[in-house]
Amino acid sequence: MSNTFALTVTVNGTRYERSVEPRTLLSDFLRHDLGLTGTHVGCEHGVCGACSVLMDGQPIRSCLTFAVQAHGHEITTVEGLGTKEELHPIQQAFQEAHGLQCGFCTPGILTTVKAFLEQNPNPSEEEIREALSGNLCRCTGYQHIIEAVELAAEKMRG
Amino acid sequence: MKPAPFDYFAPAATEEALSLLAEHGYDAKVLAGGQSLIPMMNFRLVQPSILVDLNNIAELAYLREGEDGGLRIGAMTRHRQVETSPLAAKRAPLIHAAMSKIAYPQVRTRGTFGGSVSHADPSAELPALSLALRGKFRLRSQRGERWVPAEEFFVSLFTTVLEPDELLVEASIPPMPPRSGWSLQEVARRPHDFALMGVAAVVTLDEKGLCKEARLTFISAGDRPMAAERAAEALKGQAPSPQVMKEAAEIASTQEIDPSSDIHATAEFRRHLANVLTRRALEQAFQRAAETTQEG
Repeated sequence: MSNTFALTVTVNGTRYERSVEPRTLLSDFLRHDLGLTGTHVGCEHGVCGACSVLMDGQPIRSCLTFAVQAHGHEITTVEGLGTKEELHPIQQAFQEAHGLQCGFCTPGILTTVKAFLEQNPNPSEEEIREALSGNLCRCTGYQHIIEAVELAAEKMRG
Repeated sequence: MKPAPFDYFAPAATEEALSLLAEHGYDAKVLAGGQSLIPMMNFRLVQPSILVDLNNIAELAYLREGEDGGLRIGAMTRHRQVETSPLAAKRAPLIHAAMSKIAYPQVRTRGTFGGSVSHADPSAELPALSLALRGKFRLRSQRGERWVPAEEFFVSLFTTVLEPDELLVEASIPPMPPRSGWSLQEVARRPHDFALMGVAAVVTLDEKGLCKEARLTFISAGDRPMAAERAAEALKGQAPSPQVMKEAAEIASTQEIDPSSDIHATAEFRRHLANVLTRRALEQAFQRAAETTQEG
C-alpha cells in the first residue's frame, strides 16, 4: 500500500526530485524531506495559516495540499524571500514595524503578503485585513502586522 | 497528523477519471480542491483507500456564458477564478459576490466550485446559492450523463444524489429574470469563518413593482441547504413593504428551517439570526430589483 511517487518540484528556484508517499503533506515534505523548516506547521487542518506557501505565485495552505500535487509546480517558501544579510522588503518592514513577536505565524504571513502586494501594490487597511484573514497571530493583536504590510507596500512601490 | 495511506491516481482527462470511479466505486474518493477533504483525512475522519485527484484535468476548469445567458462553471474552477472573473460578475452576480465570503485567500486559491457543491456542507455558501438561483448540476459516469437540479441534488449532511461512479462535472446557473435583485447576509464570529447563519434572497418584481417571485435559502440552518417555500409564497403578489418582509422572515425562521445547537450557537439564537437576516436580505434584494427596474 505504501506506494511512492516520483516527484519533481521547484522550490525557491531549485529543482528537487524526490520519491514521496502520496499521503505526504506538502508542509511535511518541505520540512522533513527538503529540510526547509521555515514553513511552520500549526493546526494541520487549514485554520491557522502558519504553513502558507506560494504555489505558482498564489497563496495556499501547504497542510491542505499533498506533496504529489506540487509535481511540476513552483513553490515559494519564506526561505525564498530574502537572506539574513539581505532581507526582502517585506521582511525589513516587519522588522522595522514590529510586525512579529514570537514569530511562529510570520513565515505564513510573509508569503501571503508577498502574493497580495504583487497583486495589489497600494492596498487599503481594509484590504490588508481581508488578505490576512486566513492567518492567525496569537501575540500581536494584528495592529503592528497591518502597519508592517503598509510599510512593506511603501518600500516595494519604491 | 498524517492521513492514512492510499493509492493515488491523477488522471489528465475526465474520461479517465470516470473509468477509475467505475472500477473503484465506493473505495475511491474524489479529490478536488481538497480544502475540506484533506482536513478530514488529516484527522482520519475519512480514510479512503483510493484517491482520484482531478487537479490535472484542465478541461474541467472554466467559466463560460450559458446558452440561457447564465453562467456555466466547470467543476474544477477555483473560487479565486470566479472571484476575479468579470464574466461571473456579470452573469451570476450573487455567486461572484459570495466568493469573497468563502474562507480565506489561501483556501480560495485551491477550493473549487464542484468540490464545494459535492461536499454538500450545509454551512457552505455555494450549495445554498445554487439552490437560491435554481442552478443545476451535470453528473457524468461511464453509464451516461444526467442533469440534476439543486433542489434534488442535496440529500442530507454531506450527502448528495451522486452515485459512487458519478462525477459532478459542471454547474449551470441560470440568469436572473429582468427586474430581479439579490442579497446574501451572514453572521459569523470572525469574518470568513463558517456562518452561524446565512440567508440568500433572490426576488423578481413585476411591471407594477409587486413581488412576482422570491427565493429564500439558508446556510447553517439544517442538514442541507434549506429553502423557505412558504415564506416565498407569502411574498408573491405583494408590494415589498417592511411589514410583508417581516411576515416572510417570521414564517421562514420559525417554520421552515431546522437549525441545531452546537458549541457556537443555540438553535434558538440561529432562528433569531435567520429572522433578522431574512429581513435584511429581502430589503436589499427588493432595493436592488427596484434599481434595475429604474435603469430600464
